[in-house]
Amino acid sequence: MNTSASLSTSAGVSERAKAALAALLLGSVLIFTVGFAHSSSVHNAAHDTRHTLAFPCH
Amino acid sequence: MVNRVLTVSLLAGLLAGLVIAALQHVTTTPLILKAETYEAAMRAAAPSFASFDGQARIILAHGPAGDAAGHEHAEWKPQDGLQRTAFTTLVTVATAIGFAALLLGGMIAANETIDDRRALAWAVCGFLAFGLVPAAGLAPDLPGSAAAELLPRQIWWVATALVTAGGLFVFLRMEAGWLRALAVLAMLVPHLIGAPHPAAPESKVPAEIAAHFTALSLSVQAALWLATGLAVGVIWPRMTRKALATRRAAKA
Repeated sequence: MNTSASLSTSAGVSERAKAALAALLLGSVLIFTVGFAHSSSVHNAAHDTRHTLAFPCH
Repeated sequence: MVNRVLTVSLLAGLLAGLVIAALQHVTTTPLILKAETYEAAMRAAAPSFASFDGQARIILAHGPAGDAAGHEHAEWKPQDGLQRTAFTTLVTVATAIGFAALLLGGMIAANETIDDRRALAWAVCGFLAFGLVPAAGLAPDLPGSAAAELLPRQIWWVATALVTAGGLFVFLRMEAGWLRALAVLAMLVPHLIGAPHPAAPESKVPAEIAAHFTALSLSVQAALWLATGLAVGVIWPRMTRKALATRRAAKA
């Protein structure tokens, strides 16, 4: 039960920083593309999901 | 650890995204399709008005008046039916992967232990910050509704989501009373400024359908965050245990 705790705290600070940065970067790029990109092809492909998840659309 | 973050984001997003895509297919999508029939009727009824000048204020979501270039036929869009469903599913999965990555990134940056309960708690906050609170200003709407200019709405949405996420974090993590009070004040600021709204409502979609859609949209968003959080919270500890075992085996 505590293996994840000990491992995540034992991971070095720089290792954690790199992992957090990679995750935040990946997340931001994906969310920007699916929810906000103005390209009309991307908009049309993402249309129903943008409405469903209430990203500002049109 | 970077590899594990990317793998868990992909796996958790894929799982949660597929479940939510199925949910979306039977809840919100039928209402969007229904709204488009009203939108099409509205477009057919007012062609001269919309084409009167290029900047007609009725923004018909998919019509020539709403497009900058006005090339209705040149623009690609998925064909109704299987293709449209496939793209919607793909985009929902991509969104879930994105939210899973943001959730993991936040938890790792905060040095949080990642298990199913904590990941779910973070997911609830994710729903508040990226779903419910922005929706308080910009309600989930159907095609055909009037809306203010797109860019100011997007800026308001992103700013509100980030301020709410940061405010929740400070409020839940800090001890100092003045800091927590400041966090609450900061979270209120976007609403005091107010989201950009159109001058007048224009949608011809019956209010009952629009209200139903708004409620469903918020429910689907909540489900997406919870499913993503649960998947992250279940998969991350497994991958971590596996990584630990491999490291031990390598040492032995």
